[in-house]
Amino acid sequence: MSQKVLMKGNEALAEAALRCGCLYFFGYPITPQSEVSEYMAKRLPQAGGLCLQAESEVAAINMVLGAAAAGVRAMTSSSSPGISLMSEGISYLVGSDLPCLICNIQRGGPGLGGIQPTQQDYLQATKAPGHGDMHLYVVAPASVQEMAGLVARAFDVADTYRTPALLLADGALGQMMEPVDFDAALSVRRDLPEKSWATTGHGGKRKKNIVNSLYLSPEALERSVLSRQERYREIERTEVLCEETDTADAEIILVAYGISARICRSALEAARAMGIRAGLLRPITLWPYPRAALLRAAGHAKHFLVVELNIGQMVDDVRVATQCHRPVSFFGRCGGMLPTPEDVLAEIVKIHESIREEGA
Amino acid sequence: MTSRIILAGFGGQGILFAGKQLAKTAMHKGRHVSWLPSYGPEMRGGAANCSVIISDKEIGSPIISQPDILVALSLPSFSKFEPAVSEGGLLFANSSLIPEKSKRGDIKAHYIPATELAAKNGLAGGANVIMLGYLLYVTRLFDYDELIGNILSSIPASKSALIEGNKKALLLGYEYRG
Repeated sequence: MSQKVLMKGNEALAEAALRCGCLYFFGYPITPQSEVSEYMAKRLPQAGGLCLQAESEVAAINMVLGAAAAGVRAMTSSSSPGISLMSEGISYLVGSDLPCLICNIQRGGPGLGGIQPTQQDYLQATKAPGHGDMHLYVVAPASVQEMAGLVARAFDVADTYRTPALLLADGALGQMMEPVDFDAALSVRRDLPEKSWATTGHGGKRKKNIVNSLYLSPEALERSVLSRQERYREIERTEVLCEETDTADAEIILVAYGISARICRSALEAARAMGIRAGLLRPITLWPYPRAALLRAAGHAKHFLVVELNIGQMVDDVRVATQCHRPVSFFGRCGGMLPTPEDVLAEIVKIHESIREEGA
Repeated sequence: MTSRIILAGFGGQGILFAGKQLAKTAMHKGRHVSWLPSYGPEMRGGAANCSVIISDKEIGSPIISQPDILVALSLPSFSKFEPAVSEGGLLFANSSLIPEKSKRGDIKAHYIPATELAAKNGLAGGANVIMLGYLLYVTRLFDYDELIGNILSSIPASKSALIEGNKKALLLGYEYRG
């Protein structure tokens, strides 16, 4: 049996990144993710890497761009307002086709907002993390174990498709401790393509590599955008992840990711104990979105309930995925307020009663 | 079997440390555990608390609204969480700093002057571990050796001077009989 260690989500993601060969971290402290840079500042120099506290998030993301262009695994982490500052650099990374990992341990917004956990950056992460026709590969862990495992997957997908990846968690997952088994979390290793495009210096022995996001010719820019879209289609075909709990016979399906899914799991148990056929579909990748699984579920479920720590940012994705075959309700809190499983259960019971009334 | 435990007090009383010892000991026994701290401006003198869940099955929400066990080291934390303790639940109160008694008839309350015991025995800052010792005696959540082993393994080599103090504190609480 491999060794389990009790760690904070923030520490586990940092340790996982290190074990995945990420030796370059650039960041700027912000609650509730500061343990990531704290951990990296301690460990990376020992491992022969570099942890640099930049003067701002804008600088940090551009340092990631530079490191990624040189072909190394590099990352940054921040929390909501810091990620907004990085938006320009993120778009440049996409335009330059550079793999890297960005972690957003979300807090309340808008503006400086608050420091308690939310999921208020869902739309930013999945729809518009930067300007241009672009996406990030977005993973949403729901446990400390997954914080580690999804770091590995995000780096591998980033390297395979030359795209930045985003790990979207929240203050609760970052701050809480749970057992982590790193051997299990990092057991999948892929064959990754050579980074023959990296600007490593070559002493005149090969044609020079240029990493750039500026295309003044519209024809060339369109070609570049369209070729990236082909990679996005491939990611949509092969890299979608979701987890289903008790959905097979469910009338009511909860859709939730991250810490909300944990709250839903407790609500689900209570609903089942009351004889209500409820299930949980948990998107693990938020982009690409598990549309096929949702459409399948819409074949037999009567009602969907989206639960998030925001005002309903994922609802439209569920409507589109289920092609509006079934009603989609929403329940959530925001600003750092956390619903209890009992709150979610009350929503499930309400929906259950409305289904019974319609049937009667 | 699931135990939902809230430990609460002032920042600096070692609340988070004490909660972590419970979670770590349970993890080493193969149980599912989660430890969720309060975080933010309440550190350093303000209120601090953590939620520890120990379960035989996978843990859903790590947030506790009704603790089965409350360990309260300060009066504000007693006032805040005592009403939330679940029916049939247990309360452990540091009577040195909590002059009040619980008026609830549906929970079992235990009182220990942990801060005074710590001060009398030259264990400044040891009230948290004294509380753990008393909790262990009442609940038998773990074997004594399991818990002390985990506490001692949390002490870094650079702070080995703390080993004797923690041993003494846990035993003081464990042997306390009201």
